[in-house]
Amino acid sequence: MSAIYTTICYVLLAPLVGGLITGLDRIVTARMQSRYGPPVLQPFYDVFKLFGKANLTVNRFHSYYLVCFLVFIVMSGSLFFAGEDLLIVIFALIVADSFLVLAAYSTNSPYSCVGAQRELLQMLSAEPMMLLSAVGLYMVTGSFNVSEIASYGKPLILYLPGVFVGLVYILTIKLRKSPFDLSTSHHAHQELVKGITTEFAGPSLALIEIEHWYEMILLLGMVYLFFAFNPVVGVVAILFVYFIEVVVDNTNARVKWELMLKSAWLITIILGVGNLFVLYFVLHL
Amino acid sequence: MGLHMNWILFLILFPLLPAVLLLFFRSVSIQKWIVLVASALVCAGSIGLAVTCTQAKGQYFPITSDIFNKLIVAGDIVLALVFLYVCRRLPLKRYWIPLLAIVQYAAVVWFDLSGRVPETTHYIFVDNLSVIMALVIGIVGSIIAVYTIGYMEHYHKKHPEIPDRRGKFIATTFLFFFAMYGIIFSNTITWIYFFWEITTLCSFIMIGYSRTKEAVHNSFRALWMLLVGGLAFAAAILYASSICGSVDLRQLLAMDKSVVMLPILLMSFAGINKAAQFPFAKWLLGAMVAPTPSSALLHSSTMVKAGVYIVLRCAPVLHDTAAGAMVALVGGLSFVAASALAVSQRDAKLVLAYSTIGNLGMIILCAGIGSHLTLWAAVLLIIFHALAKALMFLCVGTVEQMTGSRDIEKMHGLITRMPLLTIIMLVGIAGMFLAPFGMLISKWAVIEALATRNPAFPVIVIFGGSLMLFFWMKWMGKLIAVTGPQPRQDEGIGIEWFALTGLAVLTTLAVPLYPFVGIHMIEPLYGFSPMLNWNVIWIVGIMLGLILILPLGFFIHWKNLVHVEPYLCGANVTDTHQFMGSLGSARDWSFRNCYIDKYFSEEKLFRGALVGSIVLLILMFSMEKL
Repeated sequence: MSAIYTTICYVLLAPLVGGLITGLDRIVTARMQSRYGPPVLQPFYDVFKLFGKANLTVNRFHSYYLVCFLVFIVMSGSLFFAGEDLLIVIFALIVADSFLVLAAYSTNSPYSCVGAQRELLQMLSAEPMMLLSAVGLYMVTGSFNVSEIASYGKPLILYLPGVFVGLVYILTIKLRKSPFDLSTSHHAHQELVKGITTEFAGPSLALIEIEHWYEMILLLGMVYLFFAFNPVVGVVAILFVYFIEVVVDNTNARVKWELMLKSAWLITIILGVGNLFVLYFVLHL
Repeated sequence: MGLHMNWILFLILFPLLPAVLLLFFRSVSIQKWIVLVASALVCAGSIGLAVTCTQAKGQYFPITSDIFNKLIVAGDIVLALVFLYVCRRLPLKRYWIPLLAIVQYAAVVWFDLSGRVPETTHYIFVDNLSVIMALVIGIVGSIIAVYTIGYMEHYHKKHPEIPDRRGKFIATTFLFFFAMYGIIFSNTITWIYFFWEITTLCSFIMIGYSRTKEAVHNSFRALWMLLVGGLAFAAAILYASSICGSVDLRQLLAMDKSVVMLPILLMSFAGINKAAQFPFAKWLLGAMVAPTPSSALLHSSTMVKAGVYIVLRCAPVLHDTAAGAMVALVGGLSFVAASALAVSQRDAKLVLAYSTIGNLGMIILCAGIGSHLTLWAAVLLIIFHALAKALMFLCVGTVEQMTGSRDIEKMHGLITRMPLLTIIMLVGIAGMFLAPFGMLISKWAVIEALATRNPAFPVIVIFGGSLMLFFWMKWMGKLIAVTGPQPRQDEGIGIEWFALTGLAVLTTLAVPLYPFVGIHMIEPLYGFSPMLNWNVIWIVGIMLGLILILPLGFFIHWKNLVHVEPYLCGANVTDTHQFMGSLGSARDWSFRNCYIDKYFSEEKLFRGALVGSIVLLILMFSMEKL
């Protein structure tokens, strides 16, 4: 029964919490840049304003892909918070991402398409580490089910430090934060304009923002799993990880895709796979 | 029991009838009816067998009369002569191709005639794995046969320079069915060997069909590579009969591992060879010069599936051995290398070929590990891969006929030119990698099954899978770009629609049907799998529902949309494919996918994969005693 409540909570509250975190993110970022920054609720004001604008579109299919995108993100997060299989959560997230990429391709606009390809490269960089974390969590807890992983009771971070660091590394890619904001970013860039979101305007752009909040909560939920033995520690860990992301975002310039792909795979192999091998030999000796 | 035997004999022998008839009747309309009726019967026969006969433990059908055995020996001799005949025009320096055939047949026939092959009465065998294979061959194969009729019509119109021997071509298709049913229902390895070599001959004929220089070259390459596998199979027969004292496959599998390891490894080697794994990948890549239906056949329901089938049969012996792990690593290497190579390919058929090698690699990986859960996943992979891959080949073949190109870049905006075909193609691509379609269910099962073992294996699947996602997605993106009104190009597709829509529906239907197949056929064979948990089935069901219902929204005309032109960073020119450059002149823009030649090209990766796989194969044989 509790699975249903947590799922409903996720569907209803994730945009609120996600929006608040984004608001805090903007304030912290502003302080780091010696600015005052917007009010905490600014992300919500932005979204409401976007909903009020005209829905510009280059073809009539294009904004509908975003509906599919949103549905699958919510589905993925719901499965996670219902305590289901972590692998299918990741697979559903991939389906969702795929719809975003397809939306960008369907525009037949050069800037969108560059963004779409870069988004694919981002998926290619990040996906192995996501799935590897699921395998790592399985190796310790003996289950892929989020509910059983979360109620395992022991601090998983002690078994999987390498996997955790790897996951935090690719979290920057998944959250599209600098230095890995290749496919799109908060500020327009010369060679990319707005990348994958170039052709979205008004309500469509608002949907993307909401989707981003859902996705953020899901990803932070995955971070939480490593500290689930103690909810307080878990929440602190989440806030700490997110703060690190903000610091990294503010101190790094965007890198080229090659560096992203190579570094992400290298970290996945050295820290992630290395961790799993050590764990395997410790468990089987 | 007698009834089952009749189904099996019907399935093995019946395809010979249309094969012979097609050689004699030259009239196209008669050929068409022969193919339609025969395909329907083959398909019905396979379904009939599946409905009446599900055998968890497997059932033998003893044949006491020796006549069949004599027929097989006679067949071997005839086949050897045919191989020598097709090699008659080869230059002398390629003497080793006929030599490969001579050596293996001389040895096998001599062993047989001199009575060195042990007697057995258990020639025919059926269990659920054979039944599933029969369904795949019967349903997917016969749909491809129907497609062939329409395709060859167009093919010969487009290529008047190629002699019209379509009767022979379709006859070869049915000969293929004969050989495939022979392989999956035979229990003695001498019989399997006979049918095994027929599939080699069939692919040789199909690949060389157009008789262009490239086709002939590729067909001989396929011939010698596949004969190497045949040679290994022949060696397995010799070893099994002289050392193990039996050619009965089930008896061999039940023997002590130390005794039987070598012949099993030789057969696995033959399977790896037939499944076009590295280092033998080249023959399948060359096979794309043939008319598309033959590629569809080779890649999906026949040929390569014979290869993975035999390794799957050998799995109980390979389980928990060092040599078995090497078999798994050959598959894993092929999976990762082929998926990486596919990233750099622009030719749609080459992408499909590499993805076949990759997916079969995943099946070999599962079979080499050989635990119940991995075998489960392997069977799912066989079913789903056959459907989606056949569909993809038929789509690409049709696109090539209609547009004259199979370059993925030229498929840009295909959805505006051939909407229906593109939607079918999208189903095929989604079937290859996207949740909740079949291949993803299988990948899920594979990762779950592998996670309990050495982490090297899940890592292989995860990295290969990510590369696979990458190349399928960028292809999909090309297809769905909406480029504005374009002339329709899908006129003139006739009977092919039946095959295309049929396979698209089956690719989708296979998803909700997998629990039934799992419960009735795979579970009795390999035990329970977590893929049959109600939670899993529910999730797959919900996702499938979403992915089928959501796209209906594309047909809704949203009212509040304001149409604009794509942003081109400056003043647009009236033509959306041009923009106003900084010097005030209109300039074209175009957009291409990335192929990352720098890292994933054939020059960079192919040789490494060859060397790696050869090393693994050497290790495999040297670890035979471990």
